[in-house]
Amino acid sequence: MALLEVKGLTVGYGARAVLKELSLTLEPGEMLGVIGPNGCGKSTLIKTISVLLKPAAGSIKVEGLELARMKPEARARLLGVVPQNPALPETFTAAEVVMFGRTPYLGLFQNESPNDWAIVERAMRDTDCWEMAETYIGEMSGGERQRVLLAMALAQEPRLLLLDEPTTFLDINYQIETMEVVKSWKTAGEPDKPRAILAVFHELNLAAQYCDRLALMSQGRVLVIGKPGEVITTENILRAYGAHVIVMPHPQNQLPTTFIMPNS
Amino acid sequence: MSIETKEETESTSLNSKGAARRSVSAWLIGSPLNRSRKRRAGLITAGLIVVLVVLVVCTTFGAVTVPVGDTFSIIWNHTLGQLFWAINATYPKGFETVIWDIRVPRVLLAAVVGGSLATAGATYQGLFRNPLADPYLVGVAQGAAVGAILALVLPLGKFLYGIGAVQWFAFITAGFTVAIVYGLARVGGRLPTTTLLLAGVAIGTLASAITSLLMYLNGDKLIVVYSWLQGGFNLSSWEKFFTILPFSLFSGTIIYVFGRRLNVLQMGEEHAGQLGLNVERLKLVLVASATLMTAAAVSVSGIIGFVGLVAPHLVRLLFGHDYRLLLPLSTIFGAAFMVFADTVARNISSTEVPVGIITAFFGAPFFIYLLRRKKRMVF
Repeated sequence: MALLEVKGLTVGYGARAVLKELSLTLEPGEMLGVIGPNGCGKSTLIKTISVLLKPAAGSIKVEGLELARMKPEARARLLGVVPQNPALPETFTAAEVVMFGRTPYLGLFQNESPNDWAIVERAMRDTDCWEMAETYIGEMSGGERQRVLLAMALAQEPRLLLLDEPTTFLDINYQIETMEVVKSWKTAGEPDKPRAILAVFHELNLAAQYCDRLALMSQGRVLVIGKPGEVITTENILRAYGAHVIVMPHPQNQLPTTFIMPNS
Repeated sequence: MSIETKEETESTSLNSKGAARRSVSAWLIGSPLNRSRKRRAGLITAGLIVVLVVLVVCTTFGAVTVPVGDTFSIIWNHTLGQLFWAINATYPKGFETVIWDIRVPRVLLAAVVGGSLATAGATYQGLFRNPLADPYLVGVAQGAAVGAILALVLPLGKFLYGIGAVQWFAFITAGFTVAIVYGLARVGGRLPTTTLLLAGVAIGTLASAITSLLMYLNGDKLIVVYSWLQGGFNLSSWEKFFTILPFSLFSGTIIYVFGRRLNVLQMGEEHAGQLGLNVERLKLVLVASATLMTAAAVSVSGIIGFVGLVAPHLVRLLFGHDYRLLLPLSTIFGAAFMVFADTVARNISSTEVPVGIITAFFGAPFFIYLLRRKKRMVF
């Protein structure tokens, strides 16, 4: 069974619909990258899957369960979201914020257990922010906050991770590290509890290097979906973005690599 | 975190499992988790002791001079002395009346009102994530005023049980007003905080207009009405205390239980929802509880400003933003502060000064001092 199944998803109405009968599936253990020009509906897709937007039509199922019909805590145990520009509470420490990820597992009268704490520690070690556990969010840089945010989503122990441009504030070193973290996270799922990732990217080369498949979106539809080599081609990029680029194989792993061409 | 090989990935995950085991043992000794739990328990206990001391000390002050020893004896004999060793009553009967029938209920009532307002204030500030939120934000005070004035103006008398028509009318209209505000603010099954604030302002203004009209039409009762509006504890009684205590305890308990969720809500409503919080239900429960305790407080004491706004901020500046600590400490601080302010109000001159003046007089400079000393963000 597909881990995520999006069928006939339409958001908005008529000609102004942001997503138009979009369908895609995500297999267990897979990372699917969503790329496309600004305003193509990438972020809307993430927001709709994370139930912030109500679709006009279509269904979203995780492990065969309709997301819109689930209780928030049950949904949060399946689905972790790393939004693009979240407002983190500045007066809490990093560890306290990562502990928020345990919310769907804690009942009304329950307090955090040593087990929750161990999960928090592990998530923070994996994302390389354990050293900052007792630092206040207000004293952290954008990149550090991004790592705390990812640690929080990992502490949620979801089956499906939604990432909305997870590397925006990160330097090249942490871009790589972050992608390595999520890559090893998705393969570390137990056999009966497989994991998968749906991530939105601006950076085409990063997407090509780390995603198993890519979905190139344009005007609310999926233009092409497939292996990075099939999706990132000079013609497809021109069709979707209207930009002229050169696509060459990566010298080490042959994955498609995009080079920009100045107009002159 | 590994970059190269699968082997390394495995060893990393082994390592982090090892770390998980280590931290379990560390927890038993003193992990940050355990430390913060101990800190909470310690601070709350200390706060309760402080508030108890404030209560007893403030009972010793008053228009009639009762020796401190006698005051303690009277309080002891009426409380723990009932169970253990009663102290021989060497004090006159009149002292007993002054202390046990007048001062103790007054001090206790002030404590419950102050604690309720501060708790409700902290709740609204957390709910709206707005430092300027106070317990009267969504129309409780204006609604209560309408009810109280109706009761004062209409020829009713003491036909309702116990604490009298003014209190019940104020309580009911306060709840009713917030219910209207809540109903108006709901948009498609959701309660956007901005609409709630705006609806609160609109309905509050309307209620104030009704209050003003009633005052204008009933000029002969102006003094009674005005003194109610100003608020205070000069008409305290055991009855009032026992009537509002259940409301405050009930809503306070509910709010405390939701403390951890209030922390998560500081992530913003959208993100809190993605973390598994039922945000709309949380808002309903918290608005209802905070309103209930505020309405109960206002109905017996009138509209006393500043405590509900300032007490949570002082606690925040001193002890941080964790609502599991912030809420109980706000209750404690609000209670102690209100008792102190009322003691000053009834002793500062030969006639009583409205307690609202005292709360502002002491609260504002203290607040400014803390603000200057700790230049960390207030909210």
